[in-house]
Amino acid sequence: MALLQTLILRVITTAVTLLGVAVIVFFVIRVVPGNPIAMMLPPGATAEDIANLTAIYGLDKSIPQQFFIWGTGVLGGDFGTSITLKQPVLELVLGRLPATLELSVLALVMAIVIGGAAALTGTRLRETRVEGGIDVAQGMALSVPDFLWGLVLILVFGVLVPVFQISGRVTPSLQLPFVSDFYLVESLLRLRFDLSLDLLSHMLLPALALAIPLAAIIGQLLKQSLKETMHLDYVTLARTQGYSEAKVIWSQALPNAILPTLTLVGVQFTFLIGGTVIIERLFSYEGLGNMAIDAVINRDLPLIQGIVILFAVIFTGVNLLVDLTYAALNPRLRHG
Amino acid sequence: MSFLSVRNLSARVKGGGPLLRDVSLDVAVGEVRGLVGESGAGKSMIGKAVLGILPKAVEITSGQIMLDGVDLLALPPAQRRIKVGATCALIPQDPLTALNPSRRIGVQITDRLVDILGWTRQRAEERALALLGEVQITEPTRVLRQYPHELSGGMRQRILIASAFAAEPKLIVADEPTTALDVTVQKQILKLIAALQVRHGTALLFVTHDLGVVSKVCQKLSVLYAGKVVEDSAVADFFRAPKHPYSAALLAATPKYTDPLAGLQPVPEAVIAAVRAEVAHG
Repeated sequence: MALLQTLILRVITTAVTLLGVAVIVFFVIRVVPGNPIAMMLPPGATAEDIANLTAIYGLDKSIPQQFFIWGTGVLGGDFGTSITLKQPVLELVLGRLPATLELSVLALVMAIVIGGAAALTGTRLRETRVEGGIDVAQGMALSVPDFLWGLVLILVFGVLVPVFQISGRVTPSLQLPFVSDFYLVESLLRLRFDLSLDLLSHMLLPALALAIPLAAIIGQLLKQSLKETMHLDYVTLARTQGYSEAKVIWSQALPNAILPTLTLVGVQFTFLIGGTVIIERLFSYEGLGNMAIDAVINRDLPLIQGIVILFAVIFTGVNLLVDLTYAALNPRLRHG
Repeated sequence: MSFLSVRNLSARVKGGGPLLRDVSLDVAVGEVRGLVGESGAGKSMIGKAVLGILPKAVEITSGQIMLDGVDLLALPPAQRRIKVGATCALIPQDPLTALNPSRRIGVQITDRLVDILGWTRQRAEERALALLGEVQITEPTRVLRQYPHELSGGMRQRILIASAFAAEPKLIVADEPTTALDVTVQKQILKLIAALQVRHGTALLFVTHDLGVVSKVCQKLSVLYAGKVVEDSAVADFFRAPKHPYSAALLAATPKYTDPLAGLQPVPEAVIAAVRAEVAHG
């Protein structure tokens, strides 16, 4: 009963959040300088041409009127048509979303694996030089933003030691048998590991650039909670039962220490998705973020709106998922 | 013969003062030894040293801990851990923090039987069920599936006691097992430990500051002051005639329920000064 109430409340707050995002985006991009019509017409267009084109896109109406037209369309699943690409926004956005999702999830997995390994190693070897080394590395990882890591990775693994691809999502000459836009997932399902390898070779560096700062945050926080947990009585009791230090950390401390980290990972994952915008640009990766930058440059209003709304849906969705996982992992939250 | 024999054990805080000074004590097979003293006298430290769970800041400077004829301090850490895990157990002080909050009661009892002692899962589960019956928990099948936060402090301590006896250890260290409990529950838990100890013939090192508890449960007694054993007696002899002036004063300081108006008798200053001098020079 309580769970259902919470869920309903969450859905309502989510709807309000999305409405707020829609309103802000819609108005802001119409108030800031720059206008899509000016981008479309050649220099020397007459005032009449401009007025005609403006009317075609409905930009001659007042902003609240425009919002109403767009809003009713969205409720019916119609996000309008991209001004520059002349295609339905929904189609464009959903076509690019899988590329960004695959990149973000790969980055998240890498961050969890790297950060988790660092935290576990640091806890096992606490108060040694190894822990000190891990702390220093994490400090460095944290103090440099993801796009600078992207440049460093391009320089090192793309130019100096060119072992990974640094541009695009997949080698263009390859024949792709895919029916969906989830290339990596589909290549794995079709057992076309040659394609998976090519995709991963393209994704690895941008994913790593996104993962490095998050890995450092996960590593620091998880190690902190693990070290606190290691002093607790049930951990000591497990030691007297003959468990090795590594086993004590893994099976006694970790399940409890992981909870605060989990909440943080949820919040940070949304930042990571935000980070894809610039990282995708850097690596010419054909995802949503890259499309967003083009849309902003071209003042493609309907496309910007569509992308921002989609990002907002992803953010709220991730947060909801984190809350549900938290309840599943923490038995004390389940009853009551 | 002694199952546990601590010989001339000294320990200190790294770079600091001594915590244990030349401590020697024996616990025979099936025997119960009480370990009493004020807070900070080092009584818990001895139990921790035996089980190998001393805080990292504490180091053992000299002495031996002979368990079943083997010096634990001479063993490599992995072997020591397995030796202790297979023959000893701990009943911890605070049942509210000694169970893992995210794991069901059942696995917290059975895991070590399976992981460390190599029992089959089924045998371990049957054992857990039988033991919960033995510590008088009603509906043991249900309790095994519950989480610690669903149970009371007394229930949790019963579970920890059951868990301690699960592998038929030769020695159990009970570290003030009733201190954190409600007074009404303390007596039941004490009775339970005593009954199980007799039934299983387990040697018990009973750390407590309560001489009343000692008189009920223990056969032998070590009195500690500032990390030094000042008296080592049979319990019956101790209560009749304590050998050391400090233990005599400690015994006199025990509140008497038969005469509540007598008030508390603190250990006299002179006795404390004398025992301090003795510990420092001895």
